[in-house]
Amino acid sequence: MRKVFKLDEIDCAVCAGKLEEAIKKLDGVQDAKINFLTQKLTLEAADEEFDAVLDAVVKLTADVEPDCEILR
Amino acid sequence: MNKKQKKWLKRILIALAIFFAVMALDELGVLASIFGEPGALYASFVLYLVPYLIAGHDVLAKAWRNIRRGEAFDESFLMAVATIGAFAMVLFPEAEPHMAEGAAVMLFYQVGELFQSYAVGKSRKSIAAMMDIAPDYANIERDGKLVQVDPDEIQIGDVIVVKPGERVPIDGIVIDGSSQLDTAALTGESIPRHVEAGGEVISGCINMTGVLRVRTIKLFGASTVSRILELVENASEKKARTENFITRFARVYTPIVTFAAIAIAIVPPLMGMGAWADWILRGLTFLVVSCPCALVISVPLSFFGGIGGASRLGILVKGSNYLEALSQVDTVVFDKTGTLTSGTFGVVGVHPHETMNAGQLLALAAHAEAFSDHPIAASVKKAYLDGQGDSPSPAIDQALIKDAAEESGHGVSATVDGHSVLVGNGKLMAAHGIAYPDCELTGTILHVACDGVYVGHVVIADAIKDDAAQAIADLHAAGVERCIMLTGDREEVARSVATELGLDEYHAQLLPGDKVEQLERILDTARGNLAFVGDGINDAPVLTRADVGIAMGAMGSDAAIEAADVVLMDDRPSNIARAIRVARKTMRIVNQNIVFAIGVKLLILALAAVGIANMWLAVFGDVGVAVIAILNAMRAMGDA
Repeated sequence: MRKVFKLDEIDCAVCAGKLEEAIKKLDGVQDAKINFLTQKLTLEAADEEFDAVLDAVVKLTADVEPDCEILR
Repeated sequence: MNKKQKKWLKRILIALAIFFAVMALDELGVLASIFGEPGALYASFVLYLVPYLIAGHDVLAKAWRNIRRGEAFDESFLMAVATIGAFAMVLFPEAEPHMAEGAAVMLFYQVGELFQSYAVGKSRKSIAAMMDIAPDYANIERDGKLVQVDPDEIQIGDVIVVKPGERVPIDGIVIDGSSQLDTAALTGESIPRHVEAGGEVISGCINMTGVLRVRTIKLFGASTVSRILELVENASEKKARTENFITRFARVYTPIVTFAAIAIAIVPPLMGMGAWADWILRGLTFLVVSCPCALVISVPLSFFGGIGGASRLGILVKGSNYLEALSQVDTVVFDKTGTLTSGTFGVVGVHPHETMNAGQLLALAAHAEAFSDHPIAASVKKAYLDGQGDSPSPAIDQALIKDAAEESGHGVSATVDGHSVLVGNGKLMAAHGIAYPDCELTGTILHVACDGVYVGHVVIADAIKDDAAQAIADLHAAGVERCIMLTGDREEVARSVATELGLDEYHAQLLPGDKVEQLERILDTARGNLAFVGDGINDAPVLTRADVGIAMGAMGSDAAIEAADVVLMDDRPSNIARAIRVARKTMRIVNQNIVFAIGVKLLILALAAVGIANMWLAVFGDVGVAVIAILNAMRAMGDA
């Protein structure tokens, strides 16, 4: 399943790139893309574990970029 | 400014106020008179820490978190090290104290960051406004009442109601009502388009005058407006070479500068070339200027702005890489039909012979052809009824027509208002022993004879688009060296179109397969990039083969949107030159930013290494340059 989320307060392109790399490395994440300009995160993961993966992504984001919030 | 930015601003202002108060106390000697020497030094150290921490505590926290995660080389790390280093200079009693600079660097760094965040937010907003063409509801009739529903809920075949002033949410066919549609958001075209029952409406257009009832033919997600938005938003993911270069550059640049800074701070004093304090300060200055943010933000922003600005003109560019390729185009190859010509047959010339004027000739031909449903007859009638040839109040009076008959393969004969009329090709004239002249125009020549006397001819051809000649002239003016036409049409037709439009080359009588071969031959001789322009029908292989494939007239055509790299929403060829101009402008801005940012940074680095640049200049080199580059990038959104 592929879903798009709005990211709030992602101010720096380098940070967006780093966050994207970090999310890609998470278990269960098939693909992740952050569009810095449109402030969108596209996350792809298996249907049955999508919610769990999303929780992990939100937790990671809070750690890497505390200013940035994933609106779901 | 959003809430977070307002809080941020408040914090900076408070820190600034305290900073200047401390600075005044220090400079005026108040501290010295209270604490004496060297107490005043330690007092000012502590006092300067207050604004420093108020402004920069989050930067320090972020730097600390990154160090713990083993990700050292980011901006907050560099700023933390540089400013802490400046404060630590107090440990060198023989050197000047640098607490004021440490606090100031952090303050101005934050001012710049805030401004940067504001500028990015603003350009995001103007891009969003530019693309604000997606309607957020659709009106549907339920139990005799109009209700607003989410357009996602509308099924294919549902009937929606579009009121004046509203956007058409979903592609469909008008079943009731007539109106003018403003298509500017999709095509850049300012003249409204008239629609009535039976006509197709495209989502994203604004209904201007009347209420329309529309039967949908697509789901919202597959409608034109949704597809365009998706295309433009995803365009920034296809990165241009320049963007990839910047990413790679940033990756090597920051570590190199950091190590250079360490080397500057340690090596010369170890070799006894000067005081430790002096060289450490130079190393710190080096660090401040080293962040590549100006490039990393402004380059993608310029591309995105260029793509957004182009889409406002009705030019959809599918990726930054295509914008880059488009800027280097020096050869444009056109498919003729549907691109330079309208692809539909029309009357291109009415040439009366002595006894009649153009209006009379066209009226006579239209009456004689009245009962024929041949496509040529249809275009003659259409030209007459549309007022071509300037006949007053054109109308076909069927009562005047008698004995209409088709002369198979040659034309028609009829008695019109008592006169025996023949309309057809040269063979028809010859069969009736009527002499006829040749015409200098290329196309299908329809000779007309009245009572056995030749009265003139009507020329029917695939009409050249109004702005086609202008389009070629614009391309030449924009520095495109060769404009070439490929066509399956006959040599004479191709030559006459090529001459009329001022094309540099043409290749006629090509089978669809030959077009790819011909294009490859042209590709071999082209110095810059080659763009192929087609209408997306039957030319997908050629569109793919060219450096940039441009499809025209894409309102609703899926094939064109799929196959091409650049899609022109309306069918005006003059938009090609505009697309190239937008691309060139964007690339100019990108290159300006790269040269400016790298240039200023290298200059400040060099000055810092020899000890001329201080930290103030370094802060400008970091955030000042970033802000200027962002402001420059925002220009890419404007008209070219």
